[in-house]
This record gives sequence, C-alpha cells and structure tokens, in this order.
Amino acid sequence: MRIGDAVSTYPSDEAIFRTQTQKVWMGIFIATLLTFPFVSSPYTLFLACLVGIAVISATGLNILVGLTGQISLGHGGFMGVGAYTAVWLADNMGMGLALSMPLAGLLTAAVGVVVGLPSLRVKGLYLAIATMAASVILHFIFVHWEPVTGGNAGINLQNANIFGINLNSDLRMYFVVVPLAIIAVLGERNLLRTRIGRAFIAVRDRDISAEVLGVDLLRYKLMSFGLSSFYAGCAGALWAYFFKVVTPESFPLDTSIFYLAAIIVGGMGTVLGPILGAIFMTLVPEILKILTAVVVPILPNAQVLLSPVRVVVFGALIVGFLLYEPHGMAEMWRRTRRYSHLWPFKT
Amino acid sequence: MDWLFFFESSIAGLATGAIYSLVALGFVIIYKATRVINFAIGEIMMISAYLFLTFAGILEWHPLIALPLAMLGGGLLGSVTEKLIIRPMLGESPISVVMVTIGLSSILVGAAQIIWGPGPRILPDFLPRAPIFIGELYVSSKIAYSALIAIGLLVCYLIYFRFSRGGVALRATASDQAAAFSMGISVPKVFNYAWFFGSMAAALAGVLVAASGGLSPYSGSMALSILVVVIFGGLDSLTGALVGGLLVGWLETMTGAFLGGEYKMLTIFTLLTFVLVLKPYGLFGTKEIERL
Repeated sequence: MRIGDAVSTYPSDEAIFRTQTQKVWMGIFIATLLTFPFVSSPYTLFLACLVGIAVISATGLNILVGLTGQISLGHGGFMGVGAYTAVWLADNMGMGLALSMPLAGLLTAAVGVVVGLPSLRVKGLYLAIATMAASVILHFIFVHWEPVTGGNAGINLQNANIFGINLNSDLRMYFVVVPLAIIAVLGERNLLRTRIGRAFIAVRDRDISAEVLGVDLLRYKLMSFGLSSFYAGCAGALWAYFFKVVTPESFPLDTSIFYLAAIIVGGMGTVLGPILGAIFMTLVPEILKILTAVVVPILPNAQVLLSPVRVVVFGALIVGFLLYEPHGMAEMWRRTRRYSHLWPFKT
Repeated sequence: MDWLFFFESSIAGLATGAIYSLVALGFVIIYKATRVINFAIGEIMMISAYLFLTFAGILEWHPLIALPLAMLGGGLLGSVTEKLIIRPMLGESPISVVMVTIGLSSILVGAAQIIWGPGPRILPDFLPRAPIFIGELYVSSKIAYSALIAIGLLVCYLIYFRFSRGGVALRATASDQAAAFSMGISVPKVFNYAWFFGSMAAALAGVLVAASGGLSPYSGSMALSILVVVIFGGLDSLTGALVGGLLVGWLETMTGAFLGGEYKMLTIFTLLTFVLVLKPYGLFGTKEIERL
C-alpha cells in the first residue's frame, strides 16, 4: 500500500498512472524501447520482435483465461487462423499489414466466437477439451484446404508491406511489433476500467452470481472469446509477417500450452503478468543455450541434451510456479516494489 | 462393400478400444477420487513402457516379471506425483491443476529423452505371434492378446472396486468427501491409492500399446484419444469409460481403415464437439449441480 496518494476525484482514482514517478518511469521505458534497436545486436533484435508478438498473444489469452476464467487450449489454432488469413490477404489482395492484420484479427474473432459457443453449456475442464477439439479441427483445415493454405508445405508471404514500406528487416518489424504490443496492452488495461472488463471479472469470480446481477453470460463469454481471438489473430498475422511463411506445424497444440504457461508464470489476471511471462518464456530457451555454452567444457555432450533439458525446464517452470508462486512473476514484481517503497521499514 | 474387411477392422477397432477403456478407467478412477484431470496419463503410459523396455529388453528379464514390475513402476510414479505435485494443489482452481499435470507431462517427455534417447524404440516380443482366425476373419495376434490382457485387468479392477474395502472407500470419497472423512475413511490415503491404481492401469495399457505400435518419448500424445473417450463417456463414470473406449477405438480404426489415417483425429474430435454441445456431461456422467 502506498502512503499519501489519497485521491479526491473519480478520474484520478481510475487513472492508469497514479503517480508522477510512474509516468517518469514509463517515459524512460518507452525511450529505452525506442533506442534499443539501434544499440542491440541483430540477434537480440530478432528476439525482441518475437517477444513483442508473444506479448500480444499472451495478453489476448489473459483476457480469456485470466479475466473471464474460461480455459482455452485453442489459442495456437487461433493464431494460425490469423497468420493464414493475413498471408492470403497480402498475397491475393495485395493488402498491406495495416489492413490485412485487422481483417485477420476480425476473422479470427469470428472463429473464436464460434469456438466459444460450447462455453455456454460446459465449463472448466470440459471447455478446455472442447477448445482443444477446435484446434485439432483447425489444424486439419490448415493441412487439407490446399487452395488457400497450401497444404503441408504451407504458404509464403511474398508481399510484406505496411503503407508501401517493405517489411524486409528485423529493424522495420521491430517498429511495427513493439508499438502494436504497447497498444494491445493499453487496450487490455483500459478494458479493465470499463463495464465490459468488470463483467468479465464478475463472470470469472462466480458466473451464477454475475448472471443474477444482470451480466448477460452469453454475451460476455462470447465477447471475451472474440476479443481474445482478435488478439491471437493479430499476433498470428504479425508472426506470419515476421517469418514470411506459415505451415500447419507453425502453430501446434504446444503453442496453446506455451501461452497458457506464459500467463501462469507471469501471473494470471494481471496486466503485467502476461508481459513478464511472455518475455520470460520466450527467453528461457536462450538462457539455456548460454548455460549450455558454459557447461560444454565440463560436460561435452551438453549440446545433445539441450533440447530435452529445454522440455524438462519448461515443465518444471510451470509446476514450480504453480506450487510456489501461484500468482506468478507479477506478484514477485509487486513484492519487490512494495519493499523498495517502504525501505528501510519492513513490509 | 467388403464385409470381411469391415468385420476384421471392427474387431481390430474393438480390441484397440479395450485398451482405450483400460486407460480411460485409470483416468476416471483418478478423476472420481480427486477431481483432477490428468493430462499426464499418456506420459505415464510412455514411461511405463520404457520401464518395460528396460526390464525385458535391456536387462533381459522374463516378460512375466518385467510386466508387473513396469506396472508397479507406473503406479508408483502416479503415487509419487500425487504426493509431491497434486496434494499441494488441493483447493486451487481447475486451470491451475490442469496446468500442473501438463507441466508434469512435459517434464516426463524430457526425462524420457534424456534417459532413453530421443529416437523410437521397439519392445521385445512377448505376445504369441501366430495369427488368429475366427472363421474366415483374420485378427492380428498382438492386438488380440493385448485386448485380452487389457480386459483381464479391467475385470479385476471392476471386481476390486465393487467388493473390496479400498473400492468402497474410493466410492465413498467420490460421492462425498466430507462424509467419507467423518466416517473414518482416510481421504488422503484414498487419493494416493486412486493415483496408484489409475496409473497402474495406464501403465499396463502403455506397455500393450507400445508392444504393437512402437515407442518414442512422444508416444504419450495418444492420450488425446483418451480425453475424447472420457469426455464422451462422462468424466466420472466407469461405465462411460468402458463404452466410450470401445466406441472411440472402433470409430478411430474404422476411420483409419476406410478414410485414411489423417481423418482419425478429425472424426473423433468432431464427435467430441457434438457430444459436448448436445450432452455436456457425456453419456453417463453426473450432471453437476451448482449452488451459490
């Protein structure tokens, strides 16, 4: 709890940044993001773009799972829909990213609403498996609808433009992805302040009570599915623009699990959580790679073990966080902040 | 239509289905007692099959010793999992519990790769090889004997849970934990037994599946079919597991035989979607009544 920030008006109570310090830090953060690509190595820039896409997608999943409490194992499939749509629109209609990405998002949102329909009848685990069924069916469509998806070989993106600028370098992608990620997060943060966001949280906490209080479950559950898949679709479109090729194996079931893991590790239901989780989970394989390089002199076959160890660490992170830090990295961050606020006093 | 082929495929399908039923039974036992959806059951099957491979293939013990040991290993794996990972998650939201089992499955896949190598392996033959003919119908002996063994264990389980003290305790816990606890049933022990027996059923099925289909660290993904089985039959219904297993196994094999392998998953997951929309709690599942 901060001391001495008593507010006297409603707008200031609802403000996103409540203190001057926060605004200053946010300014510094944005400035860092702007200068980062000019000082980083090409590889870190590549990773930064991946992280940005992961942040958008994880934020979307957080709206559905963290805020509305509906489990989804179909997020990877939704990203696939977005990716295929964007590539198809860009190649066949000659659209730029500014048009193809929102359209891909909208189509994915429509698919998401259809997939969300069972959520009206089933909850929790049954819903998880229903969404998994959807992702299996989507995967089948990706493989077999060859005229559009190119079958197993996938499709290439020939025409990656935004406003006529060719998106052929990681630097240009960075300046597309990062602002979009910021907009995505801001969108989610603002959603929390609206009637819709509060309705989502009510549905998550106790759906029957929410219904009694006049929250239309049908509407809000489907809206949540739609919004979440819109984010997923946009992230998928960016992914396709980034890698310039989409195949059915680009978005396996593991992608859905990866994003669920990211928001759990980061902290479900918070704005900060999915961001931290997406950054962390994307960078873990890189950290392991560095560690392997360190261990190689002692353990010569460490390189061979890298890929299985990555799988183990991925699982162990999920289990470890759920057992020992169920509110995720966002909670760790909050603790650190509180500690520094009150220092030298005990929290 | 070739009726001979149809019946041959049907028998093969029902035999596969019997193994599915066995895994589904293990799944349902765990769910009934502890309300945990175990996404790691496929990986428990996989690890048990690797244990069998180690005992029978590498140490060259007799299959009659190796098979029970592998089952015991699978059961212990389940029991340890319950103690270390599931117990501390009591009372957490279902999302968290599901994710814990998903995390566990990832750990097991990685561990199998580290211990036994990433490549596919073949189990030593331990089932009689002579093909079986029923009239004119040809049945592959591996599948037939696997199914017989699976059915054997299924029957043992059903009798055990019907008549033994442990079975009564399990059913009591499933119907009302608090009441069972106040009647002197040690609910934590029941949880552990359920994981032990459930994983043991999965372990046997894992060895049987690997015996005819080969084994790799990713074999556990066949548990996706099991999820369909249990949802179809109802998560908390033993009858549902049996009927669902046979039906899904049959349907999957028939799809594979008549439409091609790539349609298998599509068919059973489409079936699943319809079941969820029409009968959300499966064919035999109990409908949950929610109170505020």
